Amino acid sequence: MKIRSIADYLSAHPFFADLDAGSLAELAGCAVNEHIRAGEYLFREGHPAEHFYLVTRGRIALELFSPATGPHVLDSAGEGEVLDWPWLIPPHRWFFDGRAVEPTSVVSLDAACLRGKCEADPRLGFELAIRAAQTMSHRLQATRARLLDMYAAP
Amino acid sequence: MTAAGATRPRPSGPPLLPRPFRVLATRPETADTTTLTIEPADGVPLAFAAGQFTMLGTFGGAEAPISVTSSPAAGPVEQTIRDMGGVTHDLTTAAPGHMLTVRGPYGTGWDITDGVGGDLVFVAGGIGLAPLRSALLEALANRAAYRRVVLLYGARTPAEQVFRDDLARWAAGEGDVALAVTVDRADRGWAGPVGLVTSLIPGAGFDPASTLALVCGPEVMMRFVAMALIDAGVPAGRIRISLERNMKCGIGLCGHCQLRELFICTDGPVLGYDRLAGLMTVREL
Repeated sequence: MKIRSIADYLSAHPFFADLDAGSLAELAGCAVNEHIRAGEYLFREGHPAEHFYLVTRGRIALELFSPATGPHVLDSAGEGEVLDWPWLIPPHRWFFDGRAVEPTSVVSLDAACLRGKCEADPRLGFELAIRAAQTMSHRLQATRARLLDMYAAP
Repeated sequence: MTAAGATRPRPSGPPLLPRPFRVLATRPETADTTTLTIEPADGVPLAFAAGQFTMLGTFGGAEAPISVTSSPAAGPVEQTIRDMGGVTHDLTTAAPGHMLTVRGPYGTGWDITDGVGGDLVFVAGGIGLAPLRSALLEALANRAAYRRVVLLYGARTPAEQVFRDDLARWAAGEGDVALAVTVDRADRGWAGPVGLVTSLIPGAGFDPASTLALVCGPEVMMRFVAMALIDAGVPAGRIRISLERNMKCGIGLCGHCQLRELFICTDGPVLGYDRLAGLMTVREL
């Protein structure tokens, strides 16, 4: 059985698609694999966002807890998706809970390490910032569309 | 655009003459949506193509355009109706044995045979799964003719999914359907994706160059889906959309359903996105 390296996971993930091998090798130095069980939290609201996660298996639900109505699932990220952008954008804090709804594997990239690589190599930094912005853009557009509550009775 | 010159079933008698149909069974789909199984009281089967609609009504009452949701190849006729007002309330509450009026079938169909040999991608939102289900059942009756058959379905909440029995069978592997369902809102009882249906497209694993995509749901959702499919590499001419308008006559005479040069009841309801893209964002059309 071939053992996949962290660089293999990064190169196979859509977020890092077509990134050159040198950059991937640099980023792999910031990354580890993590596996969490269903029901466990990957991160919690208000906590420092110390990692950037690539979901490689399973699903993480983004939840917000209301004392009056309990937890609400607002969004989710599955295989091929990422969580999220607080690693890049100050104040580097999670605004939601991230809970695994099934056994989930992620590649976890240390946020400070990642930002350090970006500062050391502005070309790489710009590329990652663009990709993070694309993720934000897609999520924002989808969230705006969902605000219409399209499937409700008119 | 749908297949040029495709021949489709037409009303068996005078096109404006309603035929009596009897309700055989009713199946609640959600709190406000019901599927009726109906049979012709005159014994003449209703021939239809997947994607076509009928004007379904009550005796002495009004009519509403309702897509046929059952397979065109076999089985009884099924139509799924959402209780939105007077007419649809009467239809959704019709009990077995109740007599209804049916005109049609009318309009264009999905013409899925244009996708033979390639991937078929169905993208549905809310009750938009109803007209697509007919085409999906048609595809599954001839499953070997297609490579990947993908159904991407978005619903408001888990409780507001229609055809849950079908979804459960397809999720279990029946028909070799690659199924992904997302909802806009969920509680912890839902372990699937939460988000807009477009978020399912990147992971759907279809070959865009050989894909025929069929889309039905709220019009805003269809615009977003069409753009996402194009971004994924599906040509606009291989994306088909089912439009809903205020149909009255069903035969292109009254003009109620006019969309600039198109009569949706006869030129549609299924139209190619290459033909619709410039019209769907024009206000007041």
